[in-house]
Amino acid sequence: MPEKPVIIVGAGPAGLSAAAAAADAGAPVLLLERDRETGGILNQCVHDGFGNLLYGHSLTGPEFALRLAREVTRRPAVRVLTGTSVLGLEKDRTVIAVNSDGMHRIEAAAVVLAMGCRERSRFQASLPGFRPAGVFTAGTAQRLINMEGLMPGERAVVLGSGDVGLIMARRLTLEGARVEGVFEIRPRPSGLSRNVVQCLEDFGIPLFLSHTIAFIHGKKRVEGVTVAAVDEGWQPDPASERFIPCDTVILSAGLIPENELSRRAGVTLDPATAGPLVDQEMQTALPGIFACGNVVHVHDLVDFVCRAAAAAGRGAARFASGQKTEGRVTVRKGSGVRYVVPQRLALPVEDKVDLYLRVADEVHHARVIASPGTGRGEPVEKKARVLRPPEAVHLELTPRFCANLHDGDELVVSVEGAGLK
Amino acid sequence: MSNPKTFTCINCPLGCTVSVEPGSGGPAVSGNECARGEKYALQEHTDPRRVLTGTVQVKGAFIPRLPVKTSAPIPKGLLMAAARELDRIVVQAPVACGTVLVRDIAGSGADLVAARDL
Repeated sequence: MPEKPVIIVGAGPAGLSAAAAAADAGAPVLLLERDRETGGILNQCVHDGFGNLLYGHSLTGPEFALRLAREVTRRPAVRVLTGTSVLGLEKDRTVIAVNSDGMHRIEAAAVVLAMGCRERSRFQASLPGFRPAGVFTAGTAQRLINMEGLMPGERAVVLGSGDVGLIMARRLTLEGARVEGVFEIRPRPSGLSRNVVQCLEDFGIPLFLSHTIAFIHGKKRVEGVTVAAVDEGWQPDPASERFIPCDTVILSAGLIPENELSRRAGVTLDPATAGPLVDQEMQTALPGIFACGNVVHVHDLVDFVCRAAAAAGRGAARFASGQKTEGRVTVRKGSGVRYVVPQRLALPVEDKVDLYLRVADEVHHARVIASPGTGRGEPVEKKARVLRPPEAVHLELTPRFCANLHDGDELVVSVEGAGLK
Repeated sequence: MSNPKTFTCINCPLGCTVSVEPGSGGPAVSGNECARGEKYALQEHTDPRRVLTGTVQVKGAFIPRLPVKTSAPIPKGLLMAAARELDRIVVQAPVACGTVLVRDIAGSGADLVAARDL
Protein backbone atom coordinates (compact mmCIF):
# COMPACT_ATOMS: atom_id res chain seq x y z
CA MET A 1 0.00 0.00 0.00
CA PRO A 2 1.70 3.26 -1.11
CA GLU A 3 2.38 5.75 1.66
CA LYS A 4 -0.09 8.66 1.85
CA PRO A 5 1.61 11.86 0.70
CA VAL A 6 1.92 15.26 2.28
CA ILE A 7 -0.35 17.29 -0.01
CA ILE A 8 0.55 20.93 -0.58
CA VAL A 9 -2.07 23.28 -2.03
CA GLY A 10 -0.41 25.97 -4.15
CA ALA A 11 3.05 26.00 -5.75
CA GLY A 12 4.03 29.61 -5.25
CA PRO A 13 7.10 30.41 -3.12
CA ALA A 14 5.42 29.06 0.02
CA GLY A 15 4.30 25.77 -1.49
CA LEU A 16 7.61 25.18 -3.31
CA SER A 17 9.63 25.85 -0.14
CA ALA A 18 7.38 23.64 1.97
CA ALA A 19 7.63 20.84 -0.62
CA ALA A 20 11.44 20.85 -0.60
CA ALA A 21 11.56 20.85 3.21
CA ALA A 22 8.96 18.08 3.57
CA ALA A 23 10.84 15.93 1.06
CA ASP A 24 14.12 16.50 2.90
CA ALA A 25 12.40 15.41 6.11
CA GLY A 26 11.52 12.11 4.45
CA ALA A 27 7.91 12.54 3.30
CA PRO A 28 6.49 11.81 -0.17
CA VAL A 29 4.95 15.07 -1.42
CA LEU A 30 2.16 15.88 -3.86
CA LEU A 31 2.25 19.55 -4.87
CA LEU A 32 -0.98 20.82 -6.50
CA GLU A 33 -1.03 24.04 -8.53
CA ARG A 34 -4.00 25.47 -10.46
CA ASP A 35 -1.89 27.55 -12.89
CA ARG A 36 0.03 26.09 -15.86
CA GLU A 37 3.35 26.47 -14.09
CA THR A 38 4.76 26.76 -10.57
CA GLY A 39 6.01 30.06 -9.16
CA GLY A 40 2.74 31.67 -8.18
CA ILE A 41 2.64 35.44 -8.04
CA LEU A 42 6.43 35.62 -8.57
CA ASN A 43 5.97 34.92 -12.29
CA GLN A 44 4.36 38.32 -12.79
CA CYS A 45 6.68 40.23 -10.43
CA VAL A 46 9.34 41.27 -12.95
CA HIS A 47 10.85 43.80 -10.51
CA ASP A 48 13.79 42.83 -8.28
CA GLY A 49 14.36 42.88 -4.52
CA PHE A 50 13.65 39.19 -3.92
CA GLY A 51 16.18 37.00 -2.14
CA ASN A 52 18.40 39.64 -0.52
CA LEU A 53 18.19 37.84 2.82
CA LEU A 54 18.02 34.27 1.54
CA TYR A 55 20.69 34.41 -1.18
CA GLY A 56 22.55 37.64 -0.45
CA HIS A 57 21.65 39.28 -3.73
CA SER A 58 18.60 40.80 -5.34
CA LEU A 59 16.68 38.65 -7.84
CA THR A 60 13.61 39.38 -9.94
CA GLY A 61 10.43 37.41 -9.15
CA PRO A 62 10.78 35.00 -12.10
CA GLU A 63 14.45 34.30 -11.24
CA PHE A 64 13.51 33.55 -7.64
CA ALA A 65 10.69 31.28 -8.84
CA LEU A 66 13.10 29.41 -11.11
CA ARG A 67 15.50 28.86 -8.23
CA LEU A 68 12.73 27.41 -6.04
CA ALA A 69 11.33 25.30 -8.91
CA ARG A 70 14.78 23.72 -9.39
CA GLU A 71 14.89 22.87 -5.66
CA VAL A 72 11.71 20.87 -6.23
CA THR A 73 12.56 19.20 -9.55
CA ARG A 74 15.80 17.84 -8.11
CA ARG A 75 13.89 16.13 -5.27
CA PRO A 76 12.26 12.99 -6.75
CA ALA A 77 10.04 12.60 -3.67
CA VAL A 78 8.00 15.62 -4.84
CA ARG A 79 5.34 15.06 -7.51
CA VAL A 80 3.97 18.25 -9.07
CA LEU A 81 0.55 18.49 -10.76
CA THR A 82 -0.12 21.79 -12.51
CA GLY A 83 -3.46 22.73 -14.03
CA THR A 84 -5.02 21.20 -10.92
CA SER A 85 -7.52 23.07 -8.76
CA VAL A 86 -8.29 22.01 -5.20
CA LEU A 87 -12.03 22.33 -4.65
CA GLY A 88 -12.31 21.02 -1.13
CA LEU A 89 -10.55 19.80 1.95
CA GLU A 90 -12.05 17.62 4.65
CA LYS A 91 -11.11 17.40 8.32
CA ASP A 92 -9.71 13.90 7.82
CA ARG A 93 -7.29 15.45 5.32
CA THR A 94 -9.00 14.18 2.17
CA VAL A 95 -8.29 16.60 -0.68
CA ILE A 96 -10.76 16.97 -3.56
CA ALA A 97 -9.11 18.24 -6.73
CA VAL A 98 -9.97 18.58 -10.41
CA ASN A 99 -7.87 18.72 -13.57
CA SER A 100 -8.13 17.60 -17.18
CA ASP A 101 -7.97 13.95 -16.00
CA GLY A 102 -11.12 14.47 -13.97
CA MET A 103 -12.06 14.65 -10.29
CA HIS A 104 -9.71 13.20 -7.67
CA ARG A 105 -10.20 12.38 -4.00
CA ILE A 106 -6.78 11.95 -2.40
CA GLU A 107 -6.13 11.05 1.23
CA ALA A 108 -3.22 12.95 2.72
CA ALA A 109 -0.96 12.10 5.64
CA ALA A 110 -0.78 15.87 6.21
CA VAL A 111 -1.87 18.94 4.27
CA VAL A 112 -0.08 22.26 3.79
CA LEU A 113 -2.25 25.19 2.69
CA ALA A 114 -0.30 27.71 0.58
CA MET A 115 -2.94 29.52 -1.49
CA GLY A 116 -1.66 33.04 -1.05
CA CYS A 117 -3.88 36.11 -1.30
CA ARG A 118 -6.53 37.79 -3.39
CA GLU A 119 -6.67 41.54 -3.89
CA ARG A 120 -9.36 43.74 -2.40
CA SER A 121 -11.67 44.62 -5.31
CA ARG A 122 -13.35 47.93 -6.13
CA PHE A 123 -16.63 46.72 -4.66
CA GLN A 124 -15.01 45.64 -1.43
CA ALA A 125 -13.28 49.03 -1.27
CA SER A 126 -16.64 50.78 -1.86
CA LEU A 127 -15.68 53.20 -4.60
CA PRO A 128 -18.64 55.27 -5.76
CA GLY A 129 -19.30 55.88 -9.44
CA PHE A 130 -20.57 54.08 -12.49
CA ARG A 131 -19.03 50.83 -13.68
CA PRO A 132 -16.88 51.85 -16.64
CA ALA A 133 -14.13 49.73 -18.12
CA GLY A 134 -10.66 50.79 -16.97
CA VAL A 135 -10.74 49.95 -13.26
CA PHE A 136 -8.09 47.31 -12.45
CA THR A 137 -6.61 45.94 -9.29
CA ALA A 138 -2.83 46.48 -9.29
CA GLY A 139 -2.13 42.74 -9.56
CA THR A 140 -4.44 42.38 -12.56
CA ALA A 141 -2.68 45.29 -14.28
CA GLN A 142 0.64 43.60 -13.43
CA ARG A 143 -0.39 40.32 -15.03
CA LEU A 144 -1.78 42.07 -18.10
CA ILE A 145 1.38 44.09 -18.69
CA ASN A 146 4.02 41.58 -17.65
CA MET A 147 2.55 38.32 -18.93
CA GLU A 148 -0.03 39.20 -21.57
CA GLY A 149 1.74 42.23 -23.07
CA LEU A 150 -1.34 44.46 -22.77
CA MET A 151 -1.46 48.04 -21.49
CA PRO A 152 -4.45 48.72 -19.21
CA GLY A 153 -4.57 52.37 -20.33
CA GLU A 154 -2.56 55.52 -21.01
CA ARG A 155 -3.32 57.88 -18.14
CA ALA A 156 -3.72 56.35 -14.68
CA VAL A 157 -4.50 57.20 -11.10
CA VAL A 158 -3.42 54.76 -8.36
CA LEU A 159 -5.51 54.34 -5.22
CA GLY A 160 -3.52 52.92 -2.32
CA SER A 161 0.18 53.18 -1.51
CA GLY A 162 0.75 49.51 -0.72
CA ASP A 163 3.77 47.90 -2.38
CA VAL A 164 1.83 46.51 -5.34
CA GLY A 165 0.42 49.96 -6.13
CA LEU A 166 3.83 51.61 -5.86
CA ILE A 167 5.46 48.97 -8.07
CA MET A 168 2.71 49.38 -10.68
CA ALA A 169 2.97 53.19 -10.66
CA ARG A 170 6.60 52.74 -11.76
CA ARG A 171 5.78 49.88 -14.17
CA LEU A 172 3.12 51.93 -15.97
CA THR A 173 5.48 54.90 -16.23
CA LEU A 174 8.27 52.74 -17.67
CA GLU A 175 5.85 51.47 -20.30
CA GLY A 176 4.95 55.00 -21.37
CA ALA A 177 1.73 55.64 -19.45
CA ARG A 178 1.25 58.82 -17.45
CA VAL A 179 0.56 58.25 -13.76
CA GLU A 180 -1.15 61.34 -12.33
CA GLY A 181 -0.58 60.37 -8.73
CA VAL A 182 -0.87 57.81 -5.95
CA PHE A 183 -3.66 58.53 -3.47
CA GLU A 184 -3.43 57.03 0.03
CA ILE A 185 -6.27 57.30 2.53
CA ARG A 186 -3.95 56.95 5.53
CA PRO A 187 -1.62 59.76 6.65
CA ARG A 188 1.44 57.57 5.97
CA PRO A 189 2.44 55.31 3.06
CA SER A 190 1.35 51.67 3.36
CA GLY A 191 4.31 50.22 1.47
CA LEU A 192 8.01 49.92 2.22
CA SER A 193 9.98 53.22 2.26
CA ARG A 194 12.39 51.87 -0.34
CA ASN A 195 9.46 51.51 -2.74
CA VAL A 196 8.25 55.07 -2.12
CA VAL A 197 11.76 56.21 -3.10
CA GLN A 198 12.42 53.87 -6.01
CA CYS A 199 8.93 53.89 -7.54
CA LEU A 200 7.56 57.36 -6.89
CA GLU A 201 10.38 59.79 -6.10
CA ASP A 202 12.61 58.40 -8.85
CA PHE A 203 9.91 59.10 -11.44
CA GLY A 204 8.42 62.30 -10.06
CA ILE A 205 5.07 60.60 -9.35
CA PRO A 206 3.28 62.62 -6.63
CA LEU A 207 2.01 60.89 -3.49
CA PHE A 208 -1.10 62.38 -1.89
CA LEU A 209 -1.52 61.18 1.70
CA SER A 210 -4.88 61.42 3.50
CA HIS A 211 -6.63 61.40 0.14
CA THR A 212 -9.08 59.11 -1.58
CA ILE A 213 -11.09 58.76 -4.78
CA ALA A 214 -14.56 60.16 -4.10
CA PHE A 215 -16.05 59.27 -7.48
CA ILE A 216 -15.14 57.44 -10.70
CA HIS A 217 -16.50 59.20 -13.81
CA GLY A 218 -17.35 57.64 -17.16
CA LYS A 219 -20.05 55.23 -18.22
CA LYS A 220 -18.34 52.98 -20.78
CA ARG A 221 -14.72 53.87 -20.02
CA VAL A 222 -13.15 55.75 -17.15
CA GLU A 223 -13.02 59.46 -18.01
CA GLY A 224 -11.59 60.78 -14.79
CA VAL A 225 -11.78 60.67 -11.02
CA THR A 226 -12.76 63.14 -8.34
CA VAL A 227 -10.19 62.99 -5.57
CA ALA A 228 -10.61 64.51 -2.13
CA ALA A 229 -8.70 65.00 1.07
CA VAL A 230 -10.02 62.97 4.01
CA ASP A 231 -10.28 63.69 7.73
CA GLU A 232 -9.12 61.43 10.57
CA GLY A 233 -12.27 59.38 10.14
CA TRP A 234 -11.41 58.84 6.45
CA GLN A 235 -14.39 60.98 5.39
CA PRO A 236 -13.88 62.99 2.18
CA ASP A 237 -13.98 66.76 2.55
CA PRO A 238 -16.17 68.08 -0.30
CA ALA A 239 -14.39 71.45 -0.22
CA SER A 240 -11.14 69.73 -1.25
CA GLU A 241 -12.57 67.89 -4.25
CA ARG A 242 -10.61 68.05 -7.49
CA PHE A 243 -11.24 66.40 -10.88
CA ILE A 244 -8.37 64.53 -12.53
CA PRO A 245 -8.83 63.37 -16.14
CA CYS A 246 -7.63 59.79 -16.68
CA ASP A 247 -8.66 56.57 -18.43
CA THR A 248 -7.46 54.04 -15.85
CA VAL A 249 -7.87 53.52 -12.12
CA ILE A 250 -5.40 51.14 -10.45
CA LEU A 251 -6.59 49.78 -7.14
CA SER A 252 -4.09 48.78 -4.48
CA ALA A 253 -6.45 48.51 -1.55
CA GLY A 254 -4.93 45.55 0.23
CA LEU A 255 -4.38 41.83 0.02
CA ILE A 256 -6.75 39.32 1.58
CA PRO A 257 -5.48 35.83 2.42
CA GLU A 258 -7.45 33.37 0.33
CA ASN A 259 -8.93 31.05 2.95
CA GLU A 260 -12.07 29.77 1.23
CA LEU A 261 -10.75 26.18 1.46
CA SER A 262 -9.57 26.65 5.04
CA ARG A 263 -12.89 28.08 6.16
CA ARG A 264 -14.94 25.31 4.58
CA ALA A 265 -12.69 22.66 6.15
CA GLY A 266 -13.32 24.17 9.57
CA VAL A 267 -9.86 25.66 10.11
CA THR A 268 -9.97 28.38 12.79
CA LEU A 269 -9.04 31.80 11.39
CA ASP A 270 -7.58 34.76 13.31
CA PRO A 271 -9.66 37.88 12.54
CA ALA A 272 -6.58 40.06 13.03
CA THR A 273 -4.70 38.38 10.16
CA ALA A 274 -7.64 36.92 8.15
CA GLY A 275 -5.52 33.77 8.05
CA PRO A 276 -5.47 30.49 10.00
CA LEU A 277 -4.37 30.42 13.61
CA VAL A 278 -1.01 28.58 13.58
CA ASP A 279 1.73 27.40 15.91
CA GLN A 280 5.47 27.69 15.36
CA GLU A 281 5.39 24.70 13.00
CA MET A 282 2.57 26.42 11.08
CA GLN A 283 0.07 23.74 12.18
CA THR A 284 -3.50 25.06 12.30
CA ALA A 285 -6.11 24.17 14.93
CA LEU A 286 -6.99 21.09 12.84
CA PRO A 287 -4.42 18.34 13.45
CA GLY A 288 -2.28 17.57 10.42
CA ILE A 289 -3.40 20.68 8.50
CA PHE A 290 -0.64 23.25 8.16
CA ALA A 291 -0.55 26.66 6.44
CA CYS A 292 2.24 28.92 5.24
CA GLY A 293 2.98 31.98 3.15
CA ASN A 294 0.58 34.83 2.49
CA VAL A 295 -2.45 32.65 3.21
CA VAL A 296 -1.45 32.98 6.90
CA HIS A 297 -0.60 36.69 6.91
CA VAL A 298 0.74 39.15 4.36
CA HIS A 299 4.54 38.98 4.47
CA ASP A 300 6.81 41.92 3.66
CA LEU A 301 9.48 39.82 1.94
CA VAL A 302 9.35 36.50 0.15
CA ASP A 303 12.48 35.53 2.09
CA PHE A 304 10.36 35.38 5.28
CA VAL A 305 7.75 33.29 3.44
CA CYS A 306 10.38 30.68 2.48
CA ARG A 307 11.68 30.42 6.02
CA ALA A 308 8.22 29.87 7.53
CA ALA A 309 7.20 27.53 4.70
CA ALA A 310 10.23 25.33 5.39
CA ALA A 311 9.04 25.06 9.02
CA ALA A 312 5.59 24.06 7.73
CA GLY A 313 7.09 21.42 5.43
CA ARG A 314 9.14 19.94 8.26
CA GLY A 315 6.13 20.01 10.58
CA ALA A 316 3.92 18.30 8.02
CA ALA A 317 6.53 15.57 7.46
CA ARG A 318 6.85 15.11 11.20
CA PHE A 319 3.07 14.79 11.59
CA ALA A 320 2.93 12.35 8.66
CA SER A 321 5.52 10.15 10.38
CA GLY A 322 3.22 9.84 13.40
CA GLN A 323 4.86 12.27 15.81
CA LYS A 324 2.38 14.50 17.58
CA THR A 325 3.08 17.49 19.80
CA GLU A 326 1.61 17.75 23.30
CA GLY A 327 0.91 20.92 25.17
CA ARG A 328 0.13 24.37 23.97
CA VAL A 329 0.88 27.99 24.87
CA THR A 330 -1.36 30.82 23.65
CA VAL A 331 0.48 33.81 22.18
CA ARG A 332 -1.71 36.79 23.00
CA LYS A 333 -1.34 40.20 21.41
CA GLY A 334 -1.06 42.94 23.99
CA SER A 335 -1.12 46.73 23.66
CA GLY A 336 0.25 48.30 20.51
CA VAL A 337 0.19 45.08 18.47
CA ARG A 338 -2.10 44.68 15.47
CA TYR A 339 -1.30 40.99 15.08
CA VAL A 340 1.30 38.40 15.98
CA VAL A 341 2.12 35.12 14.23
CA PRO A 342 2.27 32.34 15.38
CA GLN A 343 -0.73 32.67 17.65
CA ARG A 344 0.25 29.60 19.69
CA LEU A 345 3.28 27.50 20.53
CA ALA A 346 3.30 23.71 20.51
CA LEU A 347 5.33 22.15 23.31
CA PRO A 348 8.05 21.09 23.58
CA VAL A 349 9.73 23.87 21.64
CA GLU A 350 12.83 22.30 20.13
CA ASP A 351 13.99 24.94 17.64
CA LYS A 352 14.14 28.70 17.87
CA VAL A 353 10.78 30.32 17.19
CA ASP A 354 10.38 33.19 14.69
CA LEU A 355 7.63 35.50 15.94
CA TYR A 356 6.39 38.15 13.49
CA LEU A 357 4.27 41.05 14.62
CA ARG A 358 2.87 44.24 13.19
CA VAL A 359 2.48 47.34 15.32
CA ALA A 360 -0.93 48.98 15.31
CA ASP A 361 0.53 52.48 14.77
CA GLU A 362 3.94 54.04 14.24
CA VAL A 363 5.98 53.93 17.47
CA HIS A 364 9.22 55.76 18.30
CA HIS A 365 11.80 54.55 20.84
CA ALA A 366 9.95 51.26 20.83
CA ARG A 367 10.28 48.29 23.15
CA VAL A 368 8.80 45.00 21.98
CA ILE A 369 8.17 42.69 24.93
CA ALA A 370 7.25 38.99 24.95
CA SER A 371 6.30 38.22 28.51
CA PRO A 372 5.16 34.93 30.10
CA GLY A 373 1.66 35.53 31.45
CA THR A 374 2.48 33.71 34.67
CA GLY A 375 5.36 36.08 35.38
CA ARG A 376 7.67 33.03 35.48
CA GLY A 377 10.97 33.80 33.79
CA GLU A 378 12.42 36.93 32.24
CA PRO A 379 10.61 38.50 29.26
CA VAL A 380 12.27 38.74 25.86
CA GLU A 381 12.72 42.31 24.66
CA LYS A 382 13.74 44.06 21.48
CA LYS A 383 14.37 47.77 21.07
CA ALA A 384 14.02 49.86 17.93
CA ARG A 385 14.27 53.59 17.14
CA VAL A 386 11.09 53.43 15.10
CA LEU A 387 8.55 50.74 14.19
CA ARG A 388 5.95 51.19 11.45
CA PRO A 389 2.96 49.03 10.47
CA PRO A 390 4.22 48.33 6.92
CA GLU A 391 7.44 46.78 8.26
CA ALA A 392 6.74 43.68 10.37
CA VAL A 393 8.93 43.09 13.43
CA HIS A 394 10.80 39.83 13.89
CA LEU A 395 11.32 38.55 17.43
CA GLU A 396 13.25 35.37 18.11
CA LEU A 397 12.39 33.04 21.02
CA THR A 398 15.01 30.53 22.06
CA PRO A 399 14.11 26.98 23.18
CA ARG A 400 15.64 27.95 26.55
CA PHE A 401 13.18 30.83 26.93
CA CYS A 402 10.31 28.58 25.87
CA ALA A 403 11.30 25.96 28.47
CA ASN A 404 9.74 28.32 31.03
CA LEU A 405 6.37 28.02 29.33
CA HIS A 406 4.02 25.18 30.21
CA ASP A 407 0.81 23.75 28.77
CA GLY A 408 -2.03 26.25 29.19
CA ASP A 409 0.25 29.26 29.76
CA GLU A 410 -0.01 32.55 27.87
CA LEU A 411 2.75 34.55 26.24
CA VAL A 412 1.81 38.22 25.91
CA VAL A 413 3.45 40.24 23.14
CA SER A 414 3.17 44.01 23.46
CA VAL A 415 4.85 47.20 22.27
CA GLU A 416 5.67 50.26 24.34
CA GLY A 417 7.02 53.61 23.21
CA ALA A 418 6.13 57.09 22.02
CA GLY A 419 3.30 57.31 19.52
CA LEU A 420 2.87 59.99 16.87
CA LYS A 421 1.83 63.40 18.14
CA MET B 1 24.89 79.86 -1.48
CA SER B 2 25.33 76.11 -0.88
CA ASN B 3 22.47 73.87 -1.89
CA PRO B 4 22.09 70.79 0.27
CA LYS B 5 20.39 67.85 -1.44
CA THR B 6 18.34 65.46 0.69
CA PHE B 7 17.75 61.75 0.18
CA THR B 8 15.56 59.25 2.01
CA CYS B 9 17.88 56.37 2.82
CA ILE B 10 16.40 53.00 1.90
CA ASN B 11 18.69 50.73 3.90
CA CYS B 12 16.44 50.22 6.95
CA PRO B 13 12.95 51.14 8.20
CA LEU B 14 14.26 54.35 9.85
CA GLY B 15 14.33 56.01 6.43
CA CYS B 16 16.63 58.82 7.59
CA THR B 17 16.54 62.03 5.61
CA VAL B 18 20.20 62.46 4.77
CA SER B 19 21.57 65.78 3.52
CA VAL B 20 24.61 66.17 1.32
CA GLU B 21 26.12 69.63 1.15
CA PRO B 22 28.97 70.43 -1.23
CA GLY B 23 31.91 71.87 0.69
CA SER B 24 35.47 72.98 0.12
CA GLY B 25 36.83 69.90 1.87
CA GLY B 26 34.44 67.54 0.03
CA PRO B 27 30.73 66.87 0.48
CA ALA B 28 29.36 67.12 4.03
CA VAL B 29 26.81 64.44 4.95
CA SER B 30 24.35 64.86 7.83
CA GLY B 31 21.11 63.37 9.12
CA ASN B 32 22.20 59.74 8.86
CA GLU B 33 22.02 57.48 11.89
CA CYS B 34 24.66 55.08 10.55
CA ALA B 35 27.50 54.68 8.06
CA ARG B 36 25.29 52.94 5.48
CA GLY B 37 23.24 56.11 5.21
CA GLU B 38 26.33 58.18 4.46
CA LYS B 39 27.46 55.74 1.76
CA TYR B 40 23.99 55.66 0.20
CA ALA B 41 23.62 59.43 0.21
CA LEU B 42 27.03 59.99 -1.35
CA GLN B 43 26.28 57.47 -4.12
CA GLU B 44 22.88 59.07 -4.72
CA HIS B 45 24.48 62.50 -4.75
CA THR B 46 27.26 61.73 -7.20
CA ASP B 47 25.95 58.89 -9.37
CA PRO B 48 22.49 57.52 -8.56
CA ARG B 49 21.94 54.12 -10.17
CA ARG B 50 19.09 51.63 -10.43
CA VAL B 51 18.55 48.19 -11.92
CA LEU B 52 16.03 48.41 -14.77
CA THR B 53 13.52 45.55 -14.95
CA GLY B 54 10.76 45.01 -17.51
CA THR B 55 9.70 42.72 -20.33
CA VAL B 56 10.41 42.27 -24.03
CA GLN B 57 8.47 40.59 -26.78
CA VAL B 58 9.16 36.86 -27.21
CA LYS B 59 7.97 34.58 -30.04
CA GLY B 60 7.43 30.83 -29.92
CA ALA B 61 6.78 30.59 -26.16
CA PHE B 62 3.58 29.94 -24.24
CA ILE B 63 3.43 33.59 -23.13
CA PRO B 64 4.17 36.68 -25.30
CA ARG B 65 6.50 38.53 -22.84
CA LEU B 66 9.94 37.67 -21.50
CA PRO B 67 10.98 39.29 -18.19
CA VAL B 68 14.35 41.04 -18.45
CA LYS B 69 16.73 43.04 -16.29
CA THR B 70 19.97 44.98 -16.57
CA SER B 71 23.04 43.02 -15.40
CA ALA B 72 24.00 45.90 -13.07
CA PRO B 73 22.46 49.17 -11.79
CA ILE B 74 22.50 51.85 -14.52
CA PRO B 75 22.52 55.65 -14.17
CA LYS B 76 19.06 56.85 -13.15
CA GLY B 77 19.03 59.33 -16.03
CA LEU B 78 19.21 56.47 -18.57
CA LEU B 79 16.22 54.48 -17.21
CA MET B 80 13.56 55.85 -19.59
CA ALA B 81 15.86 55.67 -22.64
CA ALA B 82 16.70 52.05 -21.80
CA ALA B 83 12.98 51.31 -21.32
CA ARG B 84 12.31 52.59 -24.86
CA GLU B 85 15.05 50.31 -26.23
CA LEU B 86 13.16 47.37 -24.71
CA ASP B 87 10.24 48.19 -27.01
CA ARG B 88 12.33 47.33 -30.08
CA ILE B 89 13.58 43.92 -28.90
CA VAL B 90 12.04 40.64 -30.14
CA VAL B 91 13.45 37.39 -28.76
CA GLN B 92 12.93 33.92 -30.26
CA ALA B 93 12.23 31.06 -27.81
CA PRO B 94 13.75 28.90 -26.47
CA VAL B 95 15.74 31.27 -24.28
CA ALA B 96 17.52 30.49 -20.99
CA CYS B 97 17.45 32.64 -17.87
CA GLY B 98 20.62 34.73 -17.79
CA THR B 99 21.13 34.91 -21.57
CA VAL B 100 22.57 38.26 -22.65
CA LEU B 101 20.07 39.86 -25.04
CA VAL B 102 21.67 43.27 -25.60
CA ARG B 103 25.13 44.50 -24.67
CA ASP B 104 25.66 48.02 -23.28
CA ILE B 105 21.96 48.94 -23.24
CA ALA B 106 21.34 52.68 -23.78
CA GLY B 107 25.11 53.21 -23.47
CA SER B 108 24.93 52.34 -19.76
CA GLY B 109 27.75 49.79 -19.77
CA ALA B 110 25.35 47.16 -18.45
CA ASP B 111 23.84 44.29 -20.44
CA LEU B 112 20.19 43.34 -20.75
CA VAL B 113 19.62 39.72 -19.67
CA ALA B 114 16.70 37.30 -19.72
CA ALA B 115 15.17 36.77 -16.27
CA ARG B 116 13.45 33.44 -16.90
CA ASP B 117 13.54 30.32 -19.07
CA LEU B 118 11.02 30.33 -21.92
